[in-house]
Amino acid sequence: MGLGFLSSILFATVVAGTPLIIVALGELVTEKAGVLNLGAEGIMSVGAVAAFATAHHTGSPFLAILAGLGAGMFMSLLFGISALTLMANQVASGLALSIFGVGLAAFIGKPYESVALASVAVIKVPVLNRLPLLGPALFEQHGLVYFSWFMTAGVAWFLYRSRLGLVLRAVGESPVSAHSIGFNVVRIRYLAVLFGGAMAGIGGAFLSVFYTPMWVEGMVAGRGWIALALVVFATWRPHRVMVGAYLFGGCMISQMFVQGSGVRLDIPAQFLSSLPYAATVLVLVLISRNRTTIRLHSPASLGQTFLPDA
Amino acid sequence: MNRNLFALGALATAALLAPATLQAQTKIGFVYVSPVGDAGWTFQHDTGRKEMEAALKGQVTTKFVENVPEGADAERVIRGMATDGCKLIFTTSFGYMNPTLKVAPSFPNVSFFHATGYKQAANVGTYNARFYEGRYLNGVLAGRMSKTHKVGYVAAFPIPEVMMGINAFTRGMRSVDPKAEVHVIWVNSWFDPGKEREAALTLISQGADIITHHTDSTAVVQAAEENHASKGVWAFSYHSDMSKYGPTAQLSGTTHVWGEWYTKIVKEVLAGKVTDTNVWGGFKEGMIRLAPINKAVPKKDVEEIAKLEKEIKTGKLHPFTGPVVDQAGKIRVPAGTTISDSDLGAMNYYVQGVASTLPKS
Repeated sequence: MGLGFLSSILFATVVAGTPLIIVALGELVTEKAGVLNLGAEGIMSVGAVAAFATAHHTGSPFLAILAGLGAGMFMSLLFGISALTLMANQVASGLALSIFGVGLAAFIGKPYESVALASVAVIKVPVLNRLPLLGPALFEQHGLVYFSWFMTAGVAWFLYRSRLGLVLRAVGESPVSAHSIGFNVVRIRYLAVLFGGAMAGIGGAFLSVFYTPMWVEGMVAGRGWIALALVVFATWRPHRVMVGAYLFGGCMISQMFVQGSGVRLDIPAQFLSSLPYAATVLVLVLISRNRTTIRLHSPASLGQTFLPDA
Repeated sequence: MNRNLFALGALATAALLAPATLQAQTKIGFVYVSPVGDAGWTFQHDTGRKEMEAALKGQVTTKFVENVPEGADAERVIRGMATDGCKLIFTTSFGYMNPTLKVAPSFPNVSFFHATGYKQAANVGTYNARFYEGRYLNGVLAGRMSKTHKVGYVAAFPIPEVMMGINAFTRGMRSVDPKAEVHVIWVNSWFDPGKEREAALTLISQGADIITHHTDSTAVVQAAEENHASKGVWAFSYHSDMSKYGPTAQLSGTTHVWGEWYTKIVKEVLAGKVTDTNVWGGFKEGMIRLAPINKAVPKKDVEEIAKLEKEIKTGKLHPFTGPVVDQAGKIRVPAGTTISDSDLGAMNYYVQGVASTLPKS
């Protein structure tokens, strides 16, 4: 029973952390290019409803993920036009997008509110799922969970070991210098924004098709904002984003397990419910104490509009 | 020329009469705290609104604003409705109490009704339903159908209304099954399908084969449906009948019914004779109803539930008739007496049978 207990907690933690990782990785790439896109909540919502509608009409979870991806890219394209082409304030554009996205998703999703979707089967990895504790917890998950691990490694590799990633980071550090060398800053930023939107759309698709197979207005419930905060507290490092997301999910799930088990706890309910947030912030801040390292990883031009002639 | 004059005269008369006929219809406003959606607290209120509008066809027009946050926004919306000519305004969330009381004095000819509140004024009444009556019967059925004697309860916030539900369910279940245990998980949100589902799955993995909720989405019933075939999990819905989401797993539930009372009170206000400005009705007044009982339930249990429902309606049975003992062993309601309405409204303890500890507030 003891091992099964831990395994259940680990399983639920991974599931809870996955949408956060996916969205945060996308936002990380966007921010590394110097663009602050606060519209994650809205993009996730639109991605969720697009994926749900597609899953309902086609019955294919894969097509649903693609729909979420496409919808996310479209929404972030709107942000790109506003913040990069029209050079509006990035913070304002992002906030407007998040509010618009949530409302648009509610509007599109009205006919789908009473639809129940069949739950999708997990994908079991053959040999690894027989490991004692980790097997059933880690290797009998949905495809997007494995995707999130792959993307964490992929984004880390891209940013720190590939030439394109170097260019992207350069654009984020000093777009003026990158521009003077001859890189097309606006185009690189557009690509970063589209990637961020695609990931946020996939994160939303995970919520509505795999996590809780339903669509209701407001079901994203603030996870976009949590992902945004996660990027900053992880000091823009992909592996720390993963640590933060699992820590957050783990605290959330553990406190539920403790509550359900009936163990005597003289802790106020509000404290228990704030624990995931407080613990994640605390841990991430503690492990990223070094000021120099923080300056090393944070994109210097974050949120600043790039004006080529300035 | 005479024909033209006649036509002009007819047109003028029609134009003068038209607003008069429109004014004969009373405007009624509803303020909702969340989207109407397809199930849940607001959906039931909106269903009640539609029923009332159909029952009083031609006499009333209704309008509603959904998703109104509690606080300054609520005050603005309520004031807007009153200024717009609404004669009755229903504010359907506890958090609208102060905004309603703030706006009411400026509109002495408008009747305000605040759901689940406890403060009245000259033109502000309150209304609520005895949801705990339905919970008690749900608990009895749970006691008959559970094999593990464990119930999982996904609850939002430890306020008296939620405590009443938990305690009534526990007492109902314990009345037929002395080994029953209710485990509660607080999700600290009225609506978060992801968290509710996680909580439900946690409770199921800890051995509960009956789960229910005091939250606003269908996630808990859906989680039960997914685990019904493999683990024999049953669910009781709340607010709305969620059998669409749990066709095999939903045993029954407690459904809110507002239409009949809305029709009754609107008629009373239009006639100028309101009898009760602090309404707290249950089965007897038709303000709650049990969700249809699952076909898998044996006939004798269905009959037992029907008999108990009748006893509650006649007043013979009250879910909180003493002795009511809390978790610490303290007697809250002595034997032979029934709990008072004010004590119900201040309920902040678990009764015996709830296996979780109440988080300190």
